[in-house]
Amino acid sequence: MTVPAVRVLGVSARLRPRYLVVLVTGALAALALSVVSAGVGDYAVPPGRVVAALLGNGDPMEELVVTTIRLPRVLLALVVGAALGVSGAITQATARNALASPDLLGVTAGASVGAVLVIVIGGRDAAGSGILRTVGIPVAALIGGTIAAGLVLLLLRTTGADGLRPLLVGVGVSAFLSGIVSWLMVVATINDAARANVWLTGTLNGRSWAELWAAGAALTVIALPLVVLAPRLLTLRLGIDVARGLGLNTGRTQAMLLLAAVVLAAATTAVAGPIGFVALVVPHLARLATGSAGPPLAASAVLGALLLVAADLVARTAFAPIQIPTGAVTAFVGAPFLIWLLIRNRRGVLT
Amino acid sequence: MSLSGLVLTRAPALRSRTVSAQAGWLAMTASALLLAVLLSLAVGSRGLIPGELFDVVRGSGTAEARAIVLELRLSRTIAAVIAGAGLAVAGAVIQGHTRNPLADPGLLGVTSGAAVAVVLAIFLLGITDPAGYLWFCLLGALLGTVLVTAVGLAGAKRRDASPASLVLAGAAVNALLGAVTGVMLLLDSASLDVYRFWTVGSLAGGPDAQVLAVAGPLVLAGLVIAIAHAPALDSLALGDDAAKALGRNPLRTRLTGLAAVTLLVGGAVACAGSLGFVGLVAPHVVRRLTGPVHRWLLPQCALVGAVFVLLADVVGRLVVHPDELPVGVVLGIFGGPAFVLIVLRFRRSRRGR
Repeated sequence: MTVPAVRVLGVSARLRPRYLVVLVTGALAALALSVVSAGVGDYAVPPGRVVAALLGNGDPMEELVVTTIRLPRVLLALVVGAALGVSGAITQATARNALASPDLLGVTAGASVGAVLVIVIGGRDAAGSGILRTVGIPVAALIGGTIAAGLVLLLLRTTGADGLRPLLVGVGVSAFLSGIVSWLMVVATINDAARANVWLTGTLNGRSWAELWAAGAALTVIALPLVVLAPRLLTLRLGIDVARGLGLNTGRTQAMLLLAAVVLAAATTAVAGPIGFVALVVPHLARLATGSAGPPLAASAVLGALLLVAADLVARTAFAPIQIPTGAVTAFVGAPFLIWLLIRNRRGVLT
Repeated sequence: MSLSGLVLTRAPALRSRTVSAQAGWLAMTASALLLAVLLSLAVGSRGLIPGELFDVVRGSGTAEARAIVLELRLSRTIAAVIAGAGLAVAGAVIQGHTRNPLADPGLLGVTSGAAVAVVLAIFLLGITDPAGYLWFCLLGALLGTVLVTAVGLAGAKRRDASPASLVLAGAAVNALLGAVTGVMLLLDSASLDVYRFWTVGSLAGGPDAQVLAVAGPLVLAGLVIAIAHAPALDSLALGDDAAKALGRNPLRTRLTGLAAVTLLVGGAVACAGSLGFVGLVAPHVVRRLTGPVHRWLLPQCALVGAVFVLLADVVGRLVVHPDELPVGVVLGIFGGPAFVLIVLRFRRSRRGR
């Protein structure tokens, strides 16, 4: 079958109908779920009136509930999910390993050390809605995650970042940091340990517009270079030797791609805690759904956003009024989906 | 991700080592293990001088020394050996089967199955003593593996449990079981209080003789099965088709491997909680000594894994004297940087060659 191609600003891409269908249906589903999610809760608003409230011509009370309270959380789920999906796709494509995820590069472990340290040292001050919780924990997580990933990339500076090496170094650094986290969990009082456990599972509970803007701005800045780097990722997929033969500086490209993936993951971990499943599995879902040869970036972003919005909806409603962490639900929603895809896809897209 | 992404990106060169060189390494690590065992028996809040320890080993010695060695330190030393050997060999087997050097004993659902079962035992039945959840642990390990294998088989193209679908099935099932564990722990902080000590992997206090009496034979059986199927595993490394041409049955080899891993990890986890790190890292370290041939790799892994855990336990007893650091914490904090050093130094020297 011939595949139509487009060429924009010197970048050419094939237009595969199946890929477009996945992108469009994924985006529409994410949008629809967002509207539903913004309406569901203690104060229920039907989807039609949610749209009215969003457009600014709804009932004032509903507008308050939808736009001030629920919308930031829904948008954050979309943004965090998309960022995690892209971050995972980049890591898997760069490392050329199906088990690779930014968590392995030390980001999550570093962020966890920062956050758990604040929770355990802060004790009761780091609970509730004090500044230590709303600002202290995310900042500590961001610093911890960036330092850990920086350390991994720094250690690789002398040896280059190709092949399996970044991940193995990341595994070592992560082991060191998770040792610290386990130790903190054991010495903490049970109340602090329980709070740390909630953070470690990953939750979007109680997020405000301020956090959304911060996360959105950070992610946009980080994601911009990807516009340039993404085509190189496609070249990289052909294999190191082919990419070199095509004139790509593979070492530097890989390092830059990994850096982007790591910072994306660190920023999302800072706002939402470590939501473990998305970065590892969404690229696989995207690949199975689109039938593409490598982890597709755009489809990973869309499916990541969809998965996280769905998971967050379940997290808020399944055991209402108790909210369970979004990170636990991503697995509940995503894992059976992956299993189903695996079983259905026997024809061998995978093997 | 293409198929090539699932295979070793840079397979270690198949350097053939002579049998005498391999045997030499084996003898060296065996003596290291002996040394580590003696160290583990001697070191602690009441240290023993070599003479005292030697007397106890010979069957004499003071009553105090005998009590310390036989009642306090012997059981945790045995537990460390069982756990280390089991996890390291399981790691090597899984990395061999999935052809993915990032695979670890957790990947096939063994650890997360055991964790779910233990938390269920604590949460629903209020069992808090390790001998009580031993059987839950083993049963959970088995169920986790069966689940991953079933999904992996159902997802494989030719019903041969290909590495790619096993890896993905493992990731999915692990996430699911992990989420179940996480939610139960959130609902009940009393369970979390027991679980957080189990999951960090501690040998303090020494596991029951009862636990060791069950776990030891399981791990030993797993070890024997694993080493017996090593030649078949080596053929599989050439690819399933080549292995078939050599007269191997890939599916049977994979199922044998899964059985070995279940026994090894189930026993190890019952002894020492879910220790991370050893299963993933020990095979990488050992491969530098033995090369990729499983016949030599697996026995070496058993020895080196046991040395790892023993040394970590000894260090844990020393660094915050007279308190103790859990062995899982020590493995991460000291083993992590050591592993990074090994990865970086090895790669550099190989590039120079």
